[in-house]
Amino acid sequence: MKKIEPNIVVKNLTMAYGEKLIQRDLSFTVNRGDIFIIMGGSGCGKSTLLRHLIGLQRPTAGSVSYGGKDFWAMDQSERELIMRSFGVLYQGGALWSSMTLSENIGLILEQYTDLPSSEIRERAALKLALVGLAGFDDYYPSEISGGMKKRAGLARAMALDPEILFFDEPSAGLDPISSRLLDDLILEIRDSLGSTIVVVSHELASIFAIGNNSVFLDAATKTMIASGDPKALLAECKDRTVHSFLTRGIPDMVKT
Amino acid sequence: MVILLGDWKSASQLPSANEAIAGIEKRGPVRSIAFDAQELLIWGSGLLTFLVSLINCAEEKNISVNHEGLPDGVQRLLRLAFAVPEHKVQAAPRETLFSKIGEAALNYQKAVSETVGFIGEITLGMLKIFTGSARFRWADLLLAIQECGVKALPIVSLISILVGLILAFVGSIQLKMFGAQIYIADLVGIAMVRAMGAIMAGIIMAGRTGASYAAHIGTMEVNEEIDALRTAGIAPVEFLVLPRVIALALMMPLLTLYADVMGIIGGMFVGIAGFDISLLEYLHETKKAITLTNVWIGVISGFVYGIIIAVAGCLRGMQCGRSASAVGDATTSAVVTSIVSIIVATAIITILCNVLGI
Repeated sequence: MKKIEPNIVVKNLTMAYGEKLIQRDLSFTVNRGDIFIIMGGSGCGKSTLLRHLIGLQRPTAGSVSYGGKDFWAMDQSERELIMRSFGVLYQGGALWSSMTLSENIGLILEQYTDLPSSEIRERAALKLALVGLAGFDDYYPSEISGGMKKRAGLARAMALDPEILFFDEPSAGLDPISSRLLDDLILEIRDSLGSTIVVVSHELASIFAIGNNSVFLDAATKTMIASGDPKALLAECKDRTVHSFLTRGIPDMVKT
Repeated sequence: MVILLGDWKSASQLPSANEAIAGIEKRGPVRSIAFDAQELLIWGSGLLTFLVSLINCAEEKNISVNHEGLPDGVQRLLRLAFAVPEHKVQAAPRETLFSKIGEAALNYQKAVSETVGFIGEITLGMLKIFTGSARFRWADLLLAIQECGVKALPIVSLISILVGLILAFVGSIQLKMFGAQIYIADLVGIAMVRAMGAIMAGIIMAGRTGASYAAHIGTMEVNEEIDALRTAGIAPVEFLVLPRVIALALMMPLLTLYADVMGIIGGMFVGIAGFDISLLEYLHETKKAITLTNVWIGVISGFVYGIIIAVAGCLRGMQCGRSASAVGDATTSAVVTSIVSIIVATAIITILCNVLGI
């Protein structure tokens, strides 16, 4: 059994755009080696929570801490150091469209290492091979399919062997098989690199296949209404919204 | 009883629910409505819209509606339509003139502080280049230089030659009255070199390159590419904005000189072909008219315009919202901002030169 140590601690986090409240009073802990799922219906603030976790947005109230230190209380250089340990896979891949796949990965390596360019190219090729895109080094993002873009985005996210990987809806827009393969890849990364993984998702199959911890955001009450292992939630959670979400059941609203 | 007849799918005018209710009520008080759809031929959304508003009307007047006479499909769709209660939008309180002015002022303050902050970031980035710690790729700079330099030459040539022609023609009408056609060369030369060359190049680049910067960066914002840069620890201002600002700041003075030459060639064409001035005469007169000071003023204006266009284009791109229409707005706003700023800058430079007696 691995030692359980908290990696990300969120305390009383409140998120808002101006005066529009998105979510309030979120508190949860992501442990090292977890595959942590952020779930909830569409428009409840899952992606916004992700933006807070990766340091793109400042909390309106509350704190997000990494390794016991409040992210926004650190000075700039410390924050950059923390952010360097993140890898993020955005919803559409967000590959830099004016660069080839190899350059996309290489750019990050160039920024943080002093490797010669031949070595950078080799490493980029290795990362592409890991996600099943060997040989696509010189393709531009516009020349590959949506699923391939996601995998290339994953290769880029893994460029610096990150401690924490964030995924924004990895299965969105993928067919069941590609989505399943991506799930397997996520598990493989966790097991081989020991990374902590945070996934925003509303794909039930994927949630149960990979998640071992989760938080459930609710759009109506604007706060979290459940947390824990998704499989345990399915068995035990009494909340009707959570239950109908996890069983793909009919919510009360439409039931007559 | 409402009897539904014939074709309810056609795009032509269908009866309104209000008319139907009024028609029913004319015959005395009504407590419930039922339907007879036996002679209904085909139906589409038109019928559903009619029924929904009929039912809503009836509800307001406490009339009960019996769906049973309707075709099965219609009944199902109606049930779907009424399954989720209508989303009630809270009526926004009416804005008074006072609050509108206040809001505009606050927005203005925000826009100013954003712009100043952006310019500050660019300045810091520029300083970083000298200390060698700025993060951008020299290849990007060369690409940007090619894009806003060499590739802009054809359109700059065309417009500048035409402006030279126009200046010469318009001026010649007046000058001819005094038999002073030779001064066309002075007019075109000074006008192009001192102001028009830089302004024309600036306006062309605002429409061409400034718009492209805003659209490119705006689309990157929409695709989360900017976020990806930030999380990769690469400052977007350094990586995207610096090469573009440097490229335009370097290329605009050169384009200005080029536009000057092209404009003079345009004027020369009119002078030689229309007013019997010889090539040498024209060149000699031009050379006499233009001073080095004029050239410097034009080139410096071009440099200033270059910075204005690049900063406006990149700023609007970075402020872009997350939708296709936001990219369009960003592009429009980039061009408008650049052109307005260019004209204002021209006015300031002209007044300064006047005051300083240059």
